[in-house]
Amino acid sequence: MRIMVNQVAKEVPDNSTIDDVLVMIDAQPPFAVAINYEFVPKTRHAEEVLREGDEMEVISPVTGG
Amino acid sequence: MTAPLPNPLNTADPLVLYGETFASRLLLGTSRYPSPQVLENAVKQSNPGMITVSLRRQGTSTTEAHSGFWDLLKKMAVPVLPNTAGCHSPKEVIATAQMAREVFETNWIKLELIGDDYTLQPDTLRLVSTAETLIKDGFKVLPYCTEDLILCQRLVDVGCQAVMPWAAPIGTGQGPLNPYALKLLRDRLKVPLLVDAGLGLPSHACTVMEWGFDGVLLNTAVALADDPVAMAKAFAMSVDAGRTAHLSGAMKAQQSAQASTPLVGTPFWHQS
Repeated sequence: MRIMVNQVAKEVPDNSTIDDVLVMIDAQPPFAVAINYEFVPKTRHAEEVLREGDEMEVISPVTGG
Repeated sequence: MTAPLPNPLNTADPLVLYGETFASRLLLGTSRYPSPQVLENAVKQSNPGMITVSLRRQGTSTTEAHSGFWDLLKKMAVPVLPNTAGCHSPKEVIATAQMAREVFETNWIKLELIGDDYTLQPDTLRLVSTAETLIKDGFKVLPYCTEDLILCQRLVDVGCQAVMPWAAPIGTGQGPLNPYALKLLRDRLKVPLLVDAGLGLPSHACTVMEWGFDGVLLNTAVALADDPVAMAKAFAMSVDAGRTAHLSGAMKAQQSAQASTPLVGTPFWHQS
């Protein structure tokens, strides 16, 4: 199935979890995740299954004003 | 390099936000410095009460350029204030704030909800309900807002224990553009008020502190100075000077000259 990760299209196996995708993109900690504008706490990354068309955001700390 | 300022600057008169005490009334942004080393030195020189941070998509040029930022944050050990910069909808703000809470392990959030990309003016019509949602979710919200009295009052009404009106649009360095409204705000609201955005000179910071503002938050004025480290220190000193002046009670301005040297006994003086 196709999902969007940080606005880039990715082909991932059906029933992939957030953790599966994080491994696939080699996400570097620290990070946090949102799916379709909804924050998903890290305690749910192993169980949350993605669906076709989901938009996943993986964000990290940067400088800010 | 000059010697760092003592920390804390005001042990007897600390900044208190949401019941938490901060060592300085200067809050400093971490963006746009020439290098991480300059940022670190600027923070060391000014001892800010908090430093602002943000979140961006991993794997982009922005996050790759900030790969060492997390380690630097841990090294500096200053309380962090995550922002929701760049968010244009309440939905984006709330998700970003929740992600920031997990990454930075803090309930503090600088609420930015942008309504206009040209001026970076906050979306005042949706700011209050967004602040209320965040507060109900357990956040300590510091809202970036305009100097509008009713807006600020409504933010207080929904539970904001401090409010951060702009002096001028972000990054312009123009200083307080609406002194009347800012002074009125100070007079009418009893919660801590911090001027956020638009300050360009230490004298701007000193001025708003003299008016009774409780602190300032700035970034660009320091980061884009020729010598950001020295400018950070100058801002810290100006904030301290302004606060001390406010507490000291300024004299009333007079229309006519008033000699400061005693007149009685002036040599060669004759009554006309």
